Amino acid sequence: MLEHLNKLEKHINSELTSKVQNSIIENSELLIEIDDKDLIEVVQFLKSDENLKFRQLIDIAGVDYPDQEKRFQLVYLFLSHEKNIRVKLSIRFDSKQIINSLTKIFPSANWMEREVFDMYGIKFKNHPDLRRILTDYGFKGHPLRKDFPLTGFNEVRYSEKEKKVIYEPVKLEQNYRNFDFESPWEGTNYIKEIKKIEKNGKKN
Amino acid sequence: MVKRTKSLNLNFGPQHPAAHGVLRLILQLDGEVVEKADPHIGLLHRGTEKLIEQKTYTQALPYFDRLDYVAPMNQEHAFALAAEKLLNIEVPIRAKYIRVIFCEIGRILSHILNVTTQALDVGALTPSLWGFEERETLMTFYERASGSRLHANYFRTGGVHQDIPLKLVEDIEEFCRSFPKIIDDLEALLTDNRIFKQRNVEIGIVSKQEALDHSFSGVMLRGSGVAWDLRRSQPYEIYSDLDFKIPVGKNGDCYDRYLCRTEEMRESVKIILQCIEKLPKGPVKSIDGKISPPNRDDLKQSMEALIHHFKLFTEGYRVPKGNVYSAVEAPKGEFGVYLISDGSNKPYRCKIRAPGFSHLQAMDYLIRGHMLADVPAVLGSLDIVFGEVDR
Repeated sequence: MLEHLNKLEKHINSELTSKVQNSIIENSELLIEIDDKDLIEVVQFLKSDENLKFRQLIDIAGVDYPDQEKRFQLVYLFLSHEKNIRVKLSIRFDSKQIINSLTKIFPSANWMEREVFDMYGIKFKNHPDLRRILTDYGFKGHPLRKDFPLTGFNEVRYSEKEKKVIYEPVKLEQNYRNFDFESPWEGTNYIKEIKKIEKNGKKN
Repeated sequence: MVKRTKSLNLNFGPQHPAAHGVLRLILQLDGEVVEKADPHIGLLHRGTEKLIEQKTYTQALPYFDRLDYVAPMNQEHAFALAAEKLLNIEVPIRAKYIRVIFCEIGRILSHILNVTTQALDVGALTPSLWGFEERETLMTFYERASGSRLHANYFRTGGVHQDIPLKLVEDIEEFCRSFPKIIDDLEALLTDNRIFKQRNVEIGIVSKQEALDHSFSGVMLRGSGVAWDLRRSQPYEIYSDLDFKIPVGKNGDCYDRYLCRTEEMRESVKIILQCIEKLPKGPVKSIDGKISPPNRDDLKQSMEALIHHFKLFTEGYRVPKGNVYSAVEAPKGEFGVYLISDGSNKPYRCKIRAPGFSHLQAMDYLIRGHMLADVPAVLGSLDIVFGEVDR
């Protein structure tokens, strides 16, 4: 299995040469890092090359690293039925970048890209129908970004008074408590936050 | 005289018995012919991926039951495998067998539901009544192993939660002996049924190439003649030691997919029987005390066990840095988990690859040019469960 992967890595590296920024074999899986400008070309190569034939796009996973300059990462997972191999393709870019859509090469990329757009706000060029997909109609924000709060901003309930479903800002009876078990001696986060609020209050 | 026709927009669902959950399908109709279908999903979106980022690895597991709630343990399996791959730990052999038994039970559970409700959608009531009785029996097996009928939370990283009693194994075996008869009965009702065939044969045809392009997997792919099953081609657990066949369709229509599913149920029964026959003795979870919680008995005697228990149920275990994709052949297709760990006790990112998501995406392509009455038939044969599509 590992030998197979090494061969695969060599083959991709020799064919794509400068386009591959980095290739890693980890946990018996191959990850290839490329520049987002080369995406279309590389994917087309992966799909059409006789020795690879990655003819199925399994999924597109977005990842958010808010502290890094290149904030977002997209990981494309491919599968080749004929050769029975998988490969992961990764691109890193900052939040303003627009990424080329894969819908022309893989029709199934349509919803996957819509999901990434919905969850991270990453825009795709030449996408036929870039709408939100999983979140509510009229939803604001991109929930899987790390700076989006777990509890969200709005909650929904049926109002007996207005006889319809209404949206209200989230009001929690008890704060969401995120226990930080990894360093239990510094106190949990929410106590620190309360202290911080108190401190700021005194200053004002 | 030229007849002027105007296309009509029809809202199918979200409250429709044949929508198999909360699907809002906006159909553009020309008379009775569907011109365009636009599925609106996300009505059951619960933010599973976001929630998992806030939970430890043990706490993340129950969320997987709630994805495809028809075959919960298959989903848990994918996550457990991913975490095990990152941790690089070995699962005891008995646990592997137990996992396979319950995954195959999950497959039967899912296929019974799909086959019978598809029949219900096209007008046959009896199969669902017969099938659901069997599902109930299977769910009691779930309950006897894990304590709950549906949301089992039974698999753990490094094994399964508890060992199963001998009586349960015997009862599962007895079920496997009697169940093929039930499949025969269901087939007697459907396979040669004139109405069932009229509604399914040559409906929703998918060619080989298009099945690949649309990221189909599982029965949707095999129904179109692609011999591909992860249990065979990328075997995990003990599937390589088992003897089973992979049914492959020919025409890629709804009827072939139905036949594939019935045949898969028979194969699952065979797999379970083989597992029961070979079921070895031994531990059912990893012996690594830093990952598996200690025995209940030890807690009363051993200080070390008590500390481990406390640490495991508060902090949990830390998973080494890295990213991994692991997939299982769930009843509906390839169910995968792409896990990124930053070395802490919580996943940094957990992308869930649900087979139904890509299948439903192809709805527009499948239904174009078909009649309105074919919509439930095609939808039924896609085997959609909204828990996993919306996540």
